[in-house]
Amino acid sequence: MKLAVQVNEGPYQHQASDTAFHFTKAALEKGHEVFRVFFYHDGVLNGTRLTTPPQDDRHVVNRWVELAEKHDLDLVLCVAAAQRRGLVDDGEAERNGKDATNIADKFRISGLGQLVEAAIQSDRLVVFGD
Amino acid sequence: MAEIKKFMYLNRRAPYGTIYAWESLEVVLIGAAFDQEVSLMFVDDGVYQIVKGSDTSESDMKNFMPTYRTLGDYGVRHMFVDQASLDARGLTKDDLIQVEWEDWETEEEIDNIVEAVDSQRFKELMSQSDVVFSF
Repeated sequence: MKLAVQVNEGPYQHQASDTAFHFTKAALEKGHEVFRVFFYHDGVLNGTRLTTPPQDDRHVVNRWVELAEKHDLDLVLCVAAAQRRGLVDDGEAERNGKDATNIADKFRISGLGQLVEAAIQSDRLVVFGD
Repeated sequence: MAEIKKFMYLNRRAPYGTIYAWESLEVVLIGAAFDQEVSLMFVDDGVYQIVKGSDTSESDMKNFMPTYRTLGDYGVRHMFVDQASLDARGLTKDDLIQVEWEDWETEEEIDNIVEAVDSQRFKELMSQSDVVFSF
């Protein structure tokens, strides 16, 4: 089955990203295709490489990155949500005159059309949030 | 993209207090470009999103209520409201905004696409949808 995953909450405060991660990992290991993981609302905060959890805790951001490296996953942060919350890649830094970037490797910033397209292209859209 | 899917945007939260309502609306506006069959559903505190007469002037929040009234122009064909959620909050359909819709090709017009539905119908509408965006 072809799946699209939407993550609506940031890391640690909510468990939504954890559950989405475990779901996505399990689906891939079962041989399903994950067309895209789209991060919306505070979910975009899952894409900052500056995240530094205590060493005895899971690393929510790096875990997504490793999964993406292994399965060539498309991890997309919504641009409007990212701009509001200070998630920046090279292109956004240049466009908006910011002095730094913080996006993690394997994540990219793009428009809401990517969410709608994923919903159209996939057999199921699975939403994780409150 | 020839395939047309039934999209339902499920709005469950109050318009202010959290950003879900506004960012849901942003998906609806952008999604209009994809020409899908689009319905919105308002349930729980989500019904407050389309209560008329909201005033945000003293809270420094952008009042996005006028945007709901334009949704007919963004390919939204139905706006369903859960009657039980209205009842639980002492609201009636008269408290809600009206949203006009017109088919530009056939010139078919509908005065108001806002419609209250009971729980059974709500359930049917959800199960008939291909995609449910939950906010």
